[in-house]
Amino acid sequence: MNENLFASFIAPTILGLPAAVLTILFPPLLIPTSKYLINNRLITTQQWLIKLTSKQMMTMHNTKGRTWSLMLVSLIIFIATTNLLGLLPHSFTPTTQLSMNLAMAIPLWAGTVIMGFRSKIKNALAHFLPQGTPTPLIPMLVIIETISLLIQPMALAVRLTANITAGHLLMHLIGSATLAMSTINLPSTLIIFTILILLTILEIAVALIQAYVFTLLVSLYLHDNT
Amino acid sequence: MASVVGIFSHSSVSVPVKDKKLLEVKLGELPSWILMRDFSPSGIFGAFQRGYYRYYNKYINVKKGSISGITMVLACYVLFSYSFSYKHLKHERLRKYH
Repeated sequence: MNENLFASFIAPTILGLPAAVLTILFPPLLIPTSKYLINNRLITTQQWLIKLTSKQMMTMHNTKGRTWSLMLVSLIIFIATTNLLGLLPHSFTPTTQLSMNLAMAIPLWAGTVIMGFRSKIKNALAHFLPQGTPTPLIPMLVIIETISLLIQPMALAVRLTANITAGHLLMHLIGSATLAMSTINLPSTLIIFTILILLTILEIAVALIQAYVFTLLVSLYLHDNT
Repeated sequence: MASVVGIFSHSSVSVPVKDKKLLEVKLGELPSWILMRDFSPSGIFGAFQRGYYRYYNKYINVKKGSISGITMVLACYVLFSYSFSYKHLKHERLRKYH
């Protein structure tokens, strides 16, 4: 039980080569592009959704921040589709791997910080000291603010990994509990099955919310630094 | 499948047909037909591209495409991942001896 609980999180390999690359390259096949104004139903719904989310996300940025809109919209689409595809049975979710989330979080966060330091260096450094602190507290507060800045990419990556991994694990456990109880006691099986259904609905929500949170925080860091 | 060159996304793209389709090849000619196929990287990529557009134009790029166009793809994805994880799953069967 212990070994195969985590077996679904092992990155799949074909003869030693990572098949996880194929899993990451699969979502773009579900999102076609088109050069026409009026399209089929799939493209129309997807374009409507993308327009909705991009308008919602990019209104708070100025002109310089809006140059990041392609990056942020593709980020939220990628994380949302990858998380939702991971809810299908037996599939592999690349966002459960900390390595991938770190690879997404660190360059984006570093990009926003470097952009802030390059353009308006005084404003960027001013983030380290909140207004109106008593003078004796200043050194300690600078240290605390620096640590809170440096921990932002780690928090982004670990938040996404932990949420998705915990959800998948919980579904595995409750699913196997349902199967085990089905031979012993039928009413409790129905209760546990109801819990499983509620958990699946929660997981769908979590998949979308995590994508949203990740992207929102990156855009927030961007807003601070433009 | 007809052997075509170039991007094959819709029928008004004019392409020369070089060869017979698979269903028209006689059984004795099958080894020579397979050897005549283009197995270079660009040939394989062209085969994937043709397959993608064949599915896309039949099920998704139609006036009233239904949800089955995409659920078929997801079902194949589930079966594909099942075959990948079969190695771990076969230990979880309900048997007395594993």
